[in-house]
Amino acid sequence: MAATNIEVWQQATVVETVAVATNIQRIVLAPTSPKRAEPGSHLDLFVTIDGERHKRSYSVVDSTADGSRVAISVLQAPTSRGGSIFMHAVQPGDTLEITQPLQNFPLRVGAPSYVLLAGGIGVTAIVNMARVLKNLGANYTLVYAARSRERMAYLPELLALHGDRLRVHIDDEGTQLSVAELVGSVDPHAELYMCGPIRLMDAVRRAWRERELNYPNLRFETFGNSGWYDPEEFIVRVPRLGVEARVPAGRSMLEALEDAGVEMMFDCRKGECGLCEVKVLALEGAIDHRDVFYSERQQHAAAKMCCCVSRAVTSPTGLQADAARGPAIVTIAVS
Amino acid sequence: MTIIQTKSSTTNKVLNYPLNAWYVAAWDHEVTRKLISRTVADKPLAIYRAEDGRPVALADACWHRLAPLSQGKLLAKDEIQCPYHGIVYNSAGRCVSMPAQETINPSATVPSYPVVERHRFLWVWLGDATLANPDTIPDMHQMDHPEWAGDGLTIPVTCNYQLVLDNLMDLTHEEFVHGSSIGQAELSESDFEVTHDDTTVTVSRWMHNIDAPPFWLKNMRDKFPGFTGKVDRWQIIHFEAPSTINIDVGVAKAGTGAPEGDRSQGVNGYVMNTITPETARSAHYFWAFMRNYRLESQLITSQLRAGVSGVFKEDEDMLLAQQTAIDANPDYEFYNLNIDAGGLWVRRLIERMLEAEGRTVSAGRTGRVRDAD
Repeated sequence: MAATNIEVWQQATVVETVAVATNIQRIVLAPTSPKRAEPGSHLDLFVTIDGERHKRSYSVVDSTADGSRVAISVLQAPTSRGGSIFMHAVQPGDTLEITQPLQNFPLRVGAPSYVLLAGGIGVTAIVNMARVLKNLGANYTLVYAARSRERMAYLPELLALHGDRLRVHIDDEGTQLSVAELVGSVDPHAELYMCGPIRLMDAVRRAWRERELNYPNLRFETFGNSGWYDPEEFIVRVPRLGVEARVPAGRSMLEALEDAGVEMMFDCRKGECGLCEVKVLALEGAIDHRDVFYSERQQHAAAKMCCCVSRAVTSPTGLQADAARGPAIVTIAVS
Repeated sequence: MTIIQTKSSTTNKVLNYPLNAWYVAAWDHEVTRKLISRTVADKPLAIYRAEDGRPVALADACWHRLAPLSQGKLLAKDEIQCPYHGIVYNSAGRCVSMPAQETINPSATVPSYPVVERHRFLWVWLGDATLANPDTIPDMHQMDHPEWAGDGLTIPVTCNYQLVLDNLMDLTHEEFVHGSSIGQAELSESDFEVTHDDTTVTVSRWMHNIDAPPFWLKNMRDKFPGFTGKVDRWQIIHFEAPSTINIDVGVAKAGTGAPEGDRSQGVNGYVMNTITPETARSAHYFWAFMRNYRLESQLITSQLRAGVSGVFKEDEDMLLAQQTAIDANPDYEFYNLNIDAGGLWVRRLIERMLEAEGRTVSAGRTGRVRDAD
């Protein structure tokens, strides 16, 4: 029972849409049953892709005190599964079906110090936390890393609000984030909250463990939507059921199996709970584990995978040159 | 002429409780390395001390299947293990071990509530943690101040917490409920004065040149052996929102200047009361009687605790009877008397807190009754 995980669905009217960075749209919603959004909260909403409704999760970037206005921000990724294309098309006056704010990433009040780490669009989960910590007079550092300045949503606002507490790292300006330095300099009693690409979060997790810092003080949220490799189309086979399905780049393996009529067990659909685990019987290619359920040892063994987020790729190197050999094929057993 | 419509004092029979407030969850001595379960504001809590002595209050339900953590085990440091599948949490409510898998689900947390140990009590904040400022804990400094001695107990009352506040804000009931100890007719006959600000209400009553009722005669004789004669008696009731009432009480030899500030010829006690809503129809009533004379006498401490305990048993019986009658007469309203001025200011301040939180003023008839305990 991590605070609020009961989905209360409601209508919301889009009251404002504005570009806040390259390919990032800020969308302000007016829900019919407002509820205050705690720092770290997100909401689920339904997007329509090819006429079908699909659920997506977006962090609440900010909200009014009474929750009557809630802002999210959506990155339209080149590898979008279709949800972000839908979200970029919404206009003021449109209505969306959304949940009241949900909470899987609560900010604890009372830690001796904090590091907030935002990578790219992950900043959406961090903006509200940073504001609350500032209001509390907490000892915090906000670290914001991205590939280029024009991709950084809310940078001017964050600079204005957090001043010296904000450290900005931008790859193409030569100020890349060094995870080793960041984790190496963290106060041993600090809590670190992060949201960003899985490569960044994996690197921080590894450095955190290497430094033998208290693991529960490392807080992160992943919606399971980034991997080590770009998503590509692959084939999944379930011999026992005689099923062979194509998993397009914009669709998850779990969705593809459901589409093929396989009755699947699942819960979180974001790589945390492990319920959608399938056994890997054979593999042509490699597995791009995108979950946080398996340990590194288990991921390396590649005997199982969380089909809600993890994918097959043609080459363990991820090099495009190898992709010419055709789609990866993963043969699995389901429960 | 402009007529301004002011809101009339609502007199809810079952008042809701604010969440953005410090409530006492336990006495300091109750919080140990042995887990206890206690419900505060309808939230079941698992309460314990970490190895280093820090108090902890977690939601008493495991993230996984809601098994009560209070039936689990305390491990090293600040850790607690669920009795069902062995999931371990730290004092921040973060999962630190999931026995059946190699990793920890990052969502696995239980709420850990802000707690502060002060005035011999463990205070807990169940509302918005970003607003939990320990400076707003009610002043009950007499509880552990070198110039005061005494002790108290907890009464599990089966009524809405507001009924206890009503009871303490108007002491004219003493004549009728506590006739053998502290009651006397002069309580109803004397004037009282009410003042308030944003968070406090004070009701003061002085009774001049009266006979000391049995409880006070005994106390006078503890300090002034063989005392006889008239006294001046005072009751100064201090309410601090949302549910703490400290009552400055005492008597002094009549005409020796107590009303003007010289209490040297009298005995002075503080009845410390803080009432924690448990459910809409039950509360934990923490009280103590503190005195500032004969500090060395543990005998007097025990006698006063037993004496006040007997008095409060009479209140408890009345409050239970009142709650039963309230629930049996849903169509009848409360009406107010002049003597309720203090209690109505209390309600007004609590209603403001509820409105600020966007919560309903009435807990209605939906509240759960107390589980047998």
